[in-house]
Amino acid sequence: MSDLEFARAQMAMSLAFHIVFAVVGIGMPALMVIAEWRWLRTRDAMYLELAKRWAKGTAILFAVGAVSGTVLSFELGLLWPTFMEHAGAVIGMPFSLEGFAFFTEAIFLGIYLYAWQRIPPKAHWWAGVVVALSGALSGAFVVCANAWMNAPEGFAMVDGVVTNVDPIDAMFNAAAPSQVLHMTLAAYAACGFAAAGVHAYALRRGTPHRAFHRAALQIALMMGLPAAVLQPLSGDISARSVAERQPVKFAAMEGHLRTGPANFVIGGWPDEATLTHRGALEVPGALSFITTGSTKTVIPGVDQVPAEDRPPLAIVHTAFQIMIGCGMLMMALAAWGAWRTWRRRRGQGAALPDDRAFLLAVILASPLGFVAVEAGWTVTEVGRQPWIVHGILRTADAVTPMPGLGVTFALFTALYLGLAVAVVFLLRRQILKTGIRQLPLGLTGEMPIP
Amino acid sequence: MIDVANTVADTAASLTWTLPHAVAGTMVLSLNAYVLLAGADFGGGVWDLLARGQTRDTQRALIAHAIGPIWEANHVWLVLVVVLLFTCFPAAFAHLATVLHIPITLMLVGIVLRGSAFTFRTYDSTRDAVQRRWGLIFSISSVLTPVLLGVCLGAVAAGRVPMMPAATAATLSFTARFVDPWATSVFAWAVGALTLALFASLAATYLTVETGDAVLQRVFRRRALQSQAAVVATALGTLWLAREASPPLYAALTQGAGVPALHALTALSALITCWALSRHHFRMARLAIVAEASCLVWGWAWAQFPWLLPPDRSITALAAPRITLSLTLGALSVGTLILLPSFVYLFRVFKSPGAGFLPDDEAVTVPEDRAGP
Repeated sequence: MSDLEFARAQMAMSLAFHIVFAVVGIGMPALMVIAEWRWLRTRDAMYLELAKRWAKGTAILFAVGAVSGTVLSFELGLLWPTFMEHAGAVIGMPFSLEGFAFFTEAIFLGIYLYAWQRIPPKAHWWAGVVVALSGALSGAFVVCANAWMNAPEGFAMVDGVVTNVDPIDAMFNAAAPSQVLHMTLAAYAACGFAAAGVHAYALRRGTPHRAFHRAALQIALMMGLPAAVLQPLSGDISARSVAERQPVKFAAMEGHLRTGPANFVIGGWPDEATLTHRGALEVPGALSFITTGSTKTVIPGVDQVPAEDRPPLAIVHTAFQIMIGCGMLMMALAAWGAWRTWRRRRGQGAALPDDRAFLLAVILASPLGFVAVEAGWTVTEVGRQPWIVHGILRTADAVTPMPGLGVTFALFTALYLGLAVAVVFLLRRQILKTGIRQLPLGLTGEMPIP
Repeated sequence: MIDVANTVADTAASLTWTLPHAVAGTMVLSLNAYVLLAGADFGGGVWDLLARGQTRDTQRALIAHAIGPIWEANHVWLVLVVVLLFTCFPAAFAHLATVLHIPITLMLVGIVLRGSAFTFRTYDSTRDAVQRRWGLIFSISSVLTPVLLGVCLGAVAAGRVPMMPAATAATLSFTARFVDPWATSVFAWAVGALTLALFASLAATYLTVETGDAVLQRVFRRRALQSQAAVVATALGTLWLAREASPPLYAALTQGAGVPALHALTALSALITCWALSRHHFRMARLAIVAEASCLVWGWAWAQFPWLLPPDRSITALAAPRITLSLTLGALSVGTLILLPSFVYLFRVFKSPGAGFLPDDEAVTVPEDRAGP
């Protein structure tokens, strides 16, 4: 592998690692705040315990997110100095704002985690609200900066020098609204589904703390399911925005290889040399119909640009399909849940937490949100290639002159693998304490669940 | 040679305070906050590593109790410095990240391991072996990270990281370009040692206030005095090494405008720190060492002024367009309006005189099975 490939691999790995924790930093605070709100309303100690459990998970994951996010802010320069030299002044604005949002989140998370006994319950709940809001805001700011790489504006490039900088215009670029909406919904859906899976597992396996896990499942589903219903709509807005601004990226996503009326391509492996699909199921004219309302409309394919200006077709198309697939399954589960709730209201069928088939579906669906997030980021980032700033600066021209990047790639890979193992182990330990394995509670030394 | 020196002096003299200087000043202010707050958290890790004697476990519990709720917020000051650097001085950031790639990477590994190991220790099993494993990672990375931070700053201050045309840089060998600027500079390593000593000293002095226990106070009072001696020694050593390493820096450190007053203030606050510690006036010692550390930070910044990348790139020359600077400063002012009250609240909740250790606090685990023989 060349140094450029190692740099890209390290960046991809760092982003793929960090995004999980960033998503958790947005979604989990919302869950714990809802649980604590219910405690304030009902004074049922079960909800307090639930808020504390979720807060512990948040604490572990937020710490890893904070440090891996710091690594990313340095890596922008360590790996892509030429990019930062040109882009820093243009897109520094959202990063500065993100700095403050992150500050606020860290301060109030410290208060939330450690001050249960020190401040009044209402104040404590408000601290949680600030964490949830600033978490969502800091995510939005960073996505604004990323959106600029897809829709660069707010500057002029004259003889390789950036001039006429307008940071406000750059921050509110054409791609920002759709990307921010899509990512924020994704965070709530992913966290809601993951948390729901854990508690559905406890309920299905059998637990002495049914009421506790039912309450948890209900809150998690209340966050995850609506987000999953809205997400395909926001995905449609995103796709239209991409089609308008980055037609080649759009074509690569959809697997639309040759310019002409576009089929809807399901599955398949695009061959970059011959621009043909292998093993794809194609619905003739369907993509043209979805985007324009007519099956005959000519849509530009990836053949519009020379081969060196195309992204890796197979990765982008496959990642896009994975994301869509996960999204569809999650939406189907939401529809099922809604239908069951509706029937239940009319006095038919069992309650959701008593339905073993539904619980199994929730367990199986629990990783889908995170899989979709990873796949979606692959589409965004790999689909933008070979550009680091779309149409302006090539990734190959932005990489550091530092040789031997394989070493740092290996270093960070080992580091993040170790962290991932530790995090999984610790979370498992925290979850086990909630009684899934029905350990004698005295052994763990934890507060028993009501 | 003399001509060059004169021109440099003339440029320096003709510089007035401008928007770039305001941003650079804000960065030094953030770095100052990072040193005072996060520095002490790293210093806590140093004392975790060096915890000895019968009270070893209570020393460690006190350190964990002191830094637990605040280290993440304190850490963000560094993120702020980096974001300001790449937004307002993008060319300088790109250059530093290229030439100092190796020490910055190692520092990042330290930052990652310190933060995650500390959190993992808090939430993992309270069994001795598990706690010691995370504790060791936490404390060793707490030692390495400040040293590397100091090495990077020292290399820049000594003018070892000059900007040069890309064509010239490309002719340099790997070691000449990426290793020598920091690894072979004794001065840079001395600044690393000074940083470590300062962080440890800050932590020990703060910890005397954090506990009401007389035994622990005695332990950390001794540590504070010992590390204060190390600060003085490394600071003087750094000054002495600067003479060889960078004559312009040495000149600025010894003959610059206002320098005698700054040195006097630093020495005075160091003396007050020692006196207050020996007289058990721990709150006064904390105040004095805050002044001392701030003097050191601003002394370095003042000595390097007006250069961002010595020997020849000034703050104004490397600054981003005006619009970016003024918007960033605007965002900073608005952000500060939210941030300052939040910080005050955080520290009031956890660091006010009545906020001692509460056994019911979440996430503060006192290992029950580590009493030892």
